[in-house]
Amino acid sequence: MKPAKSSSTKANTKTKNTAKNTAKADAKSDDILLQMRNIHIKGKSDETWIDIINGVDLDLHRGEVLGLIGESGAGKSTLGLAAMGFCRDGCKITEGNISFDGMDLMQLDKNALRELRGRRIAYVAQSAAASFNPSHKLLDQFCEAPLIHNVMSKNKASEYAVDLYNRMNLPFPDVFGLRYPHEVSGGQLQRAMTAMALSCRPDLIIFDEPTTALDVTTQIEVLAAIKDIVKEFNTAAIYISHDLAVVAQMADRIKVLLKGDEVEQAPTEVMLKKPTEDYTKSLWAVREYARKEQPAVKDQTPIISIKGVTAGYHASVDVLRDVSFDIHKRRTVAVVGESGSGKSTTARVVTGLLPPRIGTVEYQGDALPSSYQARSREQLRHIQMIYQMADTALNPKLRIRDLISRPARMYLGLTGKALEDRVRDLLRMIEMEPDQFIDRLPSELSGGQKQRIGIARAIAAEPTMIICDEVTSALDQLVAEGILKLLDRLQSELDLSYMFITHDLATVRAIADEVVVMKDGLVVEQGIKSKMFKPPHHPYTELLLGSVPEMDPKWLDKLLDSRGKDNLGDAAIAKMKGEGIS
Amino acid sequence: MSKVITMIIKRLGLGVLTLLLLSLLIFLSVEALPGDLAETILGQQATPENVAAIRKELGLDLPAYTRYINWLGGILQGDFGNSLALKKPISGLIAPRLQNTLFLTLYTACIAVPLALILGMIASLFRNSFFDRISNTTALSAISMPEFFVGYVMIYFFALSGYFPSMANINPNTPFVEKLYFCFLPAVTLTLVVTAHMMRMTRAAIINVLALPYIEMANLKGVKPRRIIVHHALPNAVAPIVNVVALNLAYLVTGVVIVEIVFVFPGLGQLMVDGVKFRDVPVVQATALIFATAYVGLNLLADIISTITNPRLMRQR
Repeated sequence: MKPAKSSSTKANTKTKNTAKNTAKADAKSDDILLQMRNIHIKGKSDETWIDIINGVDLDLHRGEVLGLIGESGAGKSTLGLAAMGFCRDGCKITEGNISFDGMDLMQLDKNALRELRGRRIAYVAQSAAASFNPSHKLLDQFCEAPLIHNVMSKNKASEYAVDLYNRMNLPFPDVFGLRYPHEVSGGQLQRAMTAMALSCRPDLIIFDEPTTALDVTTQIEVLAAIKDIVKEFNTAAIYISHDLAVVAQMADRIKVLLKGDEVEQAPTEVMLKKPTEDYTKSLWAVREYARKEQPAVKDQTPIISIKGVTAGYHASVDVLRDVSFDIHKRRTVAVVGESGSGKSTTARVVTGLLPPRIGTVEYQGDALPSSYQARSREQLRHIQMIYQMADTALNPKLRIRDLISRPARMYLGLTGKALEDRVRDLLRMIEMEPDQFIDRLPSELSGGQKQRIGIARAIAAEPTMIICDEVTSALDQLVAEGILKLLDRLQSELDLSYMFITHDLATVRAIADEVVVMKDGLVVEQGIKSKMFKPPHHPYTELLLGSVPEMDPKWLDKLLDSRGKDNLGDAAIAKMKGEGIS
Repeated sequence: MSKVITMIIKRLGLGVLTLLLLSLLIFLSVEALPGDLAETILGQQATPENVAAIRKELGLDLPAYTRYINWLGGILQGDFGNSLALKKPISGLIAPRLQNTLFLTLYTACIAVPLALILGMIASLFRNSFFDRISNTTALSAISMPEFFVGYVMIYFFALSGYFPSMANINPNTPFVEKLYFCFLPAVTLTLVVTAHMMRMTRAAIINVLALPYIEMANLKGVKPRRIIVHHALPNAVAPIVNVVALNLAYLVTGVVIVEIVFVFPGLGQLMVDGVKFRDVPVVQATALIFATAYVGLNLLADIISTITNPRLMRQR
């Protein structure tokens, strides 16, 4: 798979002994900041050591941004942390050289490494909400590194923080740092974390999926801020992500990892235009999967009709306001929106978990009782659900047989041989070999397989409609594509209708017939997919569509040029509200 | 902020309600004790006339709810009634002993709480090390031994050799420093009993927090382990620790009977035991109620402390 690697390993072993002595001179001469050679990292799992990284090389020049791409389990984070000489508990670097600015990180003692961390190499974590200490103010956390490393006085550091907050376009930079982490939004927090990483003006920053947990409109403002600041301070960076389009915006060079091995690496432009390895090509191809839109149905009673639904969890706050849309037979309606827009609440109303305050849900023209408790078994059978986290949606103590047979028994009254046959049929339908899987526990399955079991459980009831709540967002792209294809096939085989809740517009493009765009509990726009992806749009839809990163490395720059730095994310939405559009 | 004040007021109200229920429970359980108080007092001279006279004198002829209300009403005015055995107002009996018990509690707390916190923090800092194991084993052994045994071992080693007195028979006129000296052995005994629980909870709570992403972040900022424990982990582990500390302090107020007896310490526990021995119902009721108040009050305090140290609750968006 990687002929290039083996040759470089050979070359490396030859020079290994001399590397320590000459590293300093080399680093200075060709401006290499970080050099990792033949890195092997093992992790402990059930008392045995398994390979996480198998001999990867990595070079980084001053001021250069390297993108690390791969699916979960590829070892991206582990490699990124190793660049700081850090290993998580239960991991160890078993082999290899890490040289940072002429220093051999493998030889440094704990104190010397601590001196480097935060001061010369900084880290930006995936979830800023989890990585800021909830007990301290943002400014105090910003000043911590400069103070413990004796880089600046508290006053100087505070001034610098305000300066950086300002550059990062954070609101009220003078007092922003006086807030606690829970008092600011996710996008702001992620920018605050980037500012914190810059507090000692490091030479290298490791960005570990810094925007993965954010909405697309928020992601943009963070990307813009990071890109700006990295350029301005000429900081070198390793940018870790599973999202190609995001990395394409940030990185000068991209390295693809798969299960601890390097697949290939190339400058961003080259990598995007002509990836050489099959695996990389398959990653690229995922984004192109799109099924054909089915022709619109006219004059037919919809399977589900949501009519003027207003609902909320507290009497005083309505999370949904006058939501109406139809779902027709054998069609997929994608409900799109950012977190807090009311997508999942709509699903709860349809399933009867949350009785609406006003409005009704009709099934094939007849109003359904608002609470699931008042619905008949037959009514319940027709609407099934698949969840985002297959991990938590499957009872970990039940075997696959029991998980799938329960709805078949409860709704269809199957028993004995008929039930067993049905379970086996269902497993075949989701492309899992019955003999191999029927007696397993959920913990013995991969993420994608668990989600397939979730699908089998839903179709076991022989429903007419399935609500898919972010079913692919916790999965890697290739696995997610498999799930989408499976859902598509089942739809045509079983005449299913889907209500497909997602925040990911690429998924919408792949699977939807119709799209409903939601924001703040309102439906802002709805229509068939082909129309929705063509202008003119509702301003919010436009913002949403425009915020989805594209594979063009110039995309972010172009967008910034056209929209301006102050018209991104929260700011853009706030502006829209000011103009009375929402 | 106002939300926190509302919360505190609500908790206070709940605390008062709990105490009211407890007072009823105490009253009813004493009421349910077999035997007749008047007959016990009279012993051999329990003729029906004498019994009736005593019952009238003590108000025992009144229906139970009237007596309960009278009792409660008296307590609200600071009057716990009269001791039957000593024929003296209970308030006067309780006051110096409550003072003694609180003194011993505070004394022990001043040694045990810092000791437990520091040991817990060190154990979490060097978890699974030799120190961690030794401190865990020692603390567990200390908690597993009965208090009277620990007490006598203390007397054997420290009192018989003449370093400290074996009797902590203090009175209100004992000077403060002397009090500390006299109470040293009981305080150390109690410390051995309560430290383990608090220490292990401190260790466990901190280790729990140490697994969180913001601790990794602190590591990656180059923060030293000691500062990570004290500055980053401890503030987020306050709630469980404070609750265990409160539970143990409450135990110190209420559960020191055995230690009081070993060291002849004139505390509330002894008063209660005497009350039970002599069927002195009002004394038993009064001490039980004070113990209940200590329990409820300390737990309330723990709740409030864990709330105000949590910025997410103090400064809600």
